[in-house]
Amino acid sequence: MTNSNPLINIIKTLQGIGHRMVERIWRLGAGARLFFLTIVYSGESFKRFHLTMREIYSTGVMSLLIIIVSAFFVGMVLALQGYNTLQKYGSSEAIGVLVSLSLVRELGPVVTALLFAGRAGTAITAEIGLMKTTEQLSAMEMMAVNPIARVVAPRFWAGVISMPILAALFSMVGILGGYIVAVPLIGVDEGAFWSQMQANVDFQSDIVNGIIKSLVFGIACTMIALFEGFDAPPTAEGVSRATTRTVVISSLTVLGLDFVLTSFMLVI
Amino acid sequence: MTNNIVEIDNLSFGYKGRLLHKGINMVFPRGKVVAIMGGSGSGKTTLLRLIGGQIKPSKGEVRVHGDVVHKQDRDGIFKLRRKMGMLFQQGALFTDLSVYENVAFPMRELTDLPNSMIHDLVLMKLNAVGLRGAYTLMPAELSGGMARRVALARAIALDPAIMMYDEPFAGLDPISMGVICSLIRSLNDALGATSIIVSHDVKETFLIADYVYFVANGVVTAEGTPDDLMKSTLPFVHQFVHGDKDGPVPFHYPAGNYQSELMKHG
Amino acid sequence: MDRTKIDLWVGIFVALGMAALLGLAMKVGNLTSGKIGETYAVTAAFENVGSLKPHAPVKSAGVAVGRVDSIAFNSKTYEAVVTIKIDKRYNFPKDTFANIYTAGLLGEQYIGLEAGGDEDVLSNGDKIAKTQDAVVLEKMISQFLFSKASEMDNDAKISAKPSESESKPAEAKSTELGDAPF
Repeated sequence: MTNSNPLINIIKTLQGIGHRMVERIWRLGAGARLFFLTIVYSGESFKRFHLTMREIYSTGVMSLLIIIVSAFFVGMVLALQGYNTLQKYGSSEAIGVLVSLSLVRELGPVVTALLFAGRAGTAITAEIGLMKTTEQLSAMEMMAVNPIARVVAPRFWAGVISMPILAALFSMVGILGGYIVAVPLIGVDEGAFWSQMQANVDFQSDIVNGIIKSLVFGIACTMIALFEGFDAPPTAEGVSRATTRTVVISSLTVLGLDFVLTSFMLVI
Repeated sequence: MTNNIVEIDNLSFGYKGRLLHKGINMVFPRGKVVAIMGGSGSGKTTLLRLIGGQIKPSKGEVRVHGDVVHKQDRDGIFKLRRKMGMLFQQGALFTDLSVYENVAFPMRELTDLPNSMIHDLVLMKLNAVGLRGAYTLMPAELSGGMARRVALARAIALDPAIMMYDEPFAGLDPISMGVICSLIRSLNDALGATSIIVSHDVKETFLIADYVYFVANGVVTAEGTPDDLMKSTLPFVHQFVHGDKDGPVPFHYPAGNYQSELMKHG
Repeated sequence: MDRTKIDLWVGIFVALGMAALLGLAMKVGNLTSGKIGETYAVTAAFENVGSLKPHAPVKSAGVAVGRVDSIAFNSKTYEAVVTIKIDKRYNFPKDTFANIYTAGLLGEQYIGLEAGGDEDVLSNGDKIAKTQDAVVLEKMISQFLFSKASEMDNDAKISAKPSESESKPAEAKSTELGDAPF
């Protein structure tokens, strides 16, 4: 059945590229539409805030352990590696600056978002995908209940609220981890550790910008997880593929957005 | 005002030019249990979705209480749906809510009833399906038949005027089937509702239905009371009712010449 | 899941987040040192501020006494006008000297104040007259190279001995850097 005419093969390849392109753009549009509808139907999730509370529990509180443990280790490793390099230049007191700036500016928001996508994002996708597969969303619609207002919006706001909290916790716990390695273990002067940090970490340009980043990541990760779940083909295979896609797309989006946001923040 | 709660008028529906329904006419009178029967893939469930306004017909219309469903805006459709209860094929219970919360769900979402009244109503509905004792369980802890009964309790939570059952007997053991069967009939009579059953289980459906429509190839091929249909000599109805292997519905999916296909790669 | 239990956990979660944020702001960030109570603003004009940024510290004798509030360009005098805010607790004489220093060789730039001997003190809206610009590394290097080159010219004129001229640049480096006239 192979066609020897090269022109037809080229046309077929182009068609394939075009088809995939159209599909990507279609998905982007569908995602944007869901985002818009989520915002429009958000009233319910604030009027009946316990709906959102439930989701904050399952996205935020349930992610606490993984966030705290990872942050602690990331902070400790940063301090170890930082000390190793800094002491060659005789400035091991700057270790606090290194740990805190890398955590507050980059690692806090980014690693939190990556862990969030893996822990909470997949859970959201799988849950909504299964709700769709088992006709729960259809049942809700037939009961005259809007699934976007009842299912999607509370999860969205829970993610948006949880992410900055988790990122702030990540940064703080990471700094504590760095402190434990630097001060009691390595023997860096405690006063120098904190004062150098305070002199170099700016509340506005470092901490607030880090929080803004995590807020944007929160919107992106939660929305991707929700859309993938909502869009998943109602089969076991479809849900599992959607879950994988949530992690891949969220991670890439977070890293890409991080670059864009950082470049904006450094310019301003 | 006619006595027909739901009317399907010359309805056609299809995806991308391929028509699933070609001009279907049905009426569902008040207080009756009406069954829609047909083979798998004949678009029975799609008919329920058309009545519920989840999809729009290509031609013709569905009227509920005299209102054309697909001409309603979102609020209008939601208003119509509040008069409907639907039992989904797999029950479609909310897996993250307990049995109690599942039945309470429509009341919490659609009414402003106080908690104490919701409590009484939920226990009443669960009692009607014989599962008052199971209200603390989670859906995962229920057997298939119990889950179907809880879903039934949830569907009747707001005393709907129209009950729709999508394959209520599929995948149940004979005892659960009997229970569901008698529940559908008794609830219909108690609520004074109109019930629409989509099924392919002849025995159970004929037991409780007042009137039956047969759907095949996108059209209503036969209709009548169960007794009439049992005696029917129409080849399709005879095959369906008695479960013959071959008949007007062929055993083989349309295929090319068997011999020539075997020879092709040989 | 019980609703009260959820409420409790979410409460703990949010409280932890707030504590972390507070910790970041107070212990890690400069919010405490950035809010130095009441301040008064003075301006200083520089020909070159280098890479001085708003929020950079203002130090006197190594102690932070204020912050750079804003940096603007005066299109008439072609100078940079730096507004600094100094803690009300500290008073400086009118003839205080404002320098732009660099912390370490490549570190952040800050303003150093050196008190003069005037009886009157600076108050809100005053202008510091005596300023010294930021050190621009390229300028410093080119000046050094220039001076070295001219020195080598001189050496060549005075004596043609190669051994002497080789030892000279090292000496020149230390002296030239020490009292470079910029």
